[in-house]
Amino acid sequence: MIHQILFIVFGLICVAGAINLLAQRHPINSALSLVVVMSSLALIYLLLGAEFVAAIQVIVYAGAIMVLFVFVIMLLNAGAEERTRGSHIALLVGVPGVIVLASVIGWTLINSGHEFGKVTISATNFGDTHNIAGLLFKNFLLPFELTSVLILIAIMGAVVLGRRSG
Amino acid sequence: MEYPNIVDLKTFIIVAVIKIVLLVFILLTAVAYTTLLERKVVARIQNRWGPTKVGPFGLLQPLADGIKFILKEDMVPDSVHKGLYILAPMLALAMSLIAIAIIPFGQSLTIAGKQIPLQVTGVTQADGSLGDIGIGVLIILGATSIGVYGVALAGWSSNSKYSLLGSLRASAQMISYELALGLSLVGVLLLAGTLSLRGIVNSQIAPCVSPGNCDHPWLGLSWLRWIPHWYIFPQFIAFFIYLMAAFAETNRIPFDLPEAETELVAGYHTEYSAMKFAMFFMAEYVNMFTVGCVATLLFFGGWHGPAVPWAPSIVQALLPVFYFAIKVLFFIFLYIWIRGTLPRFRYDQLMAFGWKFLLPLALANIIVTSFIVAWSA
Repeated sequence: MIHQILFIVFGLICVAGAINLLAQRHPINSALSLVVVMSSLALIYLLLGAEFVAAIQVIVYAGAIMVLFVFVIMLLNAGAEERTRGSHIALLVGVPGVIVLASVIGWTLINSGHEFGKVTISATNFGDTHNIAGLLFKNFLLPFELTSVLILIAIMGAVVLGRRSG
Repeated sequence: MEYPNIVDLKTFIIVAVIKIVLLVFILLTAVAYTTLLERKVVARIQNRWGPTKVGPFGLLQPLADGIKFILKEDMVPDSVHKGLYILAPMLALAMSLIAIAIIPFGQSLTIAGKQIPLQVTGVTQADGSLGDIGIGVLIILGATSIGVYGVALAGWSSNSKYSLLGSLRASAQMISYELALGLSLVGVLLLAGTLSLRGIVNSQIAPCVSPGNCDHPWLGLSWLRWIPHWYIFPQFIAFFIYLMAAFAETNRIPFDLPEAETELVAGYHTEYSAMKFAMFFMAEYVNMFTVGCVATLLFFGGWHGPAVPWAPSIVQALLPVFYFAIKVLFFIFLYIWIRGTLPRFRYDQLMAFGWKFLLPLALANIIVTSFIVAWSA
């Protein structure tokens, strides 16, 4: 019961933050809305029992990455964006595209939702640190290490690009 | 929905609320008197008296300061970004208080037949054991990293160049030192094998009753058994990295460039006055307490200390809290001592120190510790 109420509350906050992100004209406000979205996602993870993922979501996304976003916006002193009328192509293709996508997802969920696996909250501690570590360092060691090499390459690429222009 | 770990949800909530009220009261009083302690100690270091006029030895000075903060006009300058200007100090204070809510101050107290853990987020489980959040260390790191927003937004929303420069410095510094801070804790976590703060403290009491029954005799020498098994000894490098990174995180001397008076008036809180300024002030001091608590829990054995078997039972029950408070006070004193002793870093020195010295050292510490843990496993 409490889980459901909390889920609905944080889900609503999450959606409201996402809409606010698009509606706000000032980049700082948009960035902060994204922080709200990420934090409420973390709380939803927590409700599912995935405490480690929730903590990492806050530390990495809401903490590190979005602080960098805000930092850059502050450093560039970016002002409020100007309103434009929007392009016709976006209106002609985008709106029907969104409607089609939403109806496909909705139709799938309604018709074959029962075939998907269900997440159960139980005392098995599937989301605690030990289990996550077991998955990452035993079952999926190679993909995990490859991803970290990929990120390292991206960082080095950023350093090279930054040095060249400077 | 079943709550297998909590005996009774209603009791849990009532007890938690009482604990929160008590903790906030004690903590904010401690913060107020830390400001007095700081002024007194720094004054003695500089060979003067500090506050002496209000009350005996100036003991009522924090009270006078508090009344002054509350009664001052709550001014909001023109042309600030109003919503964020008001949000920023609240965010800073709230995040510092969230971090302190995770801290266990002792084992538990038995009041009216109920076992009450000395931790805001602690619960007594159905089997009588004390439950703890499994990711305590990560929550503290997360609260710290969200706390950066308070500082960053304060400077930006003030619409003043000194504030902006101060907050840019602060956020760059906090992001840089957060890495070293987080990595310095990994060594301890590897040795303890848990992220729960209670677990880490409990892993520091080795069962050393008889010489043959000693889990980790120091260097194989049984006559060194009296040394407590605190992680400060195997992880002293990690401890110094933690201490320096934590000083930088809390923007204290020698890392107080965000509020360097000679260059930036007062840095990110230049435009703040009255209670909003006081909230930043409280957040800074609560963060100092958090740093002291984490250092105590992770490196200094938490609430453990020499047992006093002849003392009455009420003293026995409160002894762990006393040990904990003494250890945390030591760190508070260290903060003040260093403030009275060291000059401020230059900005490029600060960045070079964080990225080129602390970070590689923390990584090296992790690698060596992991090898030793893997070797002895």
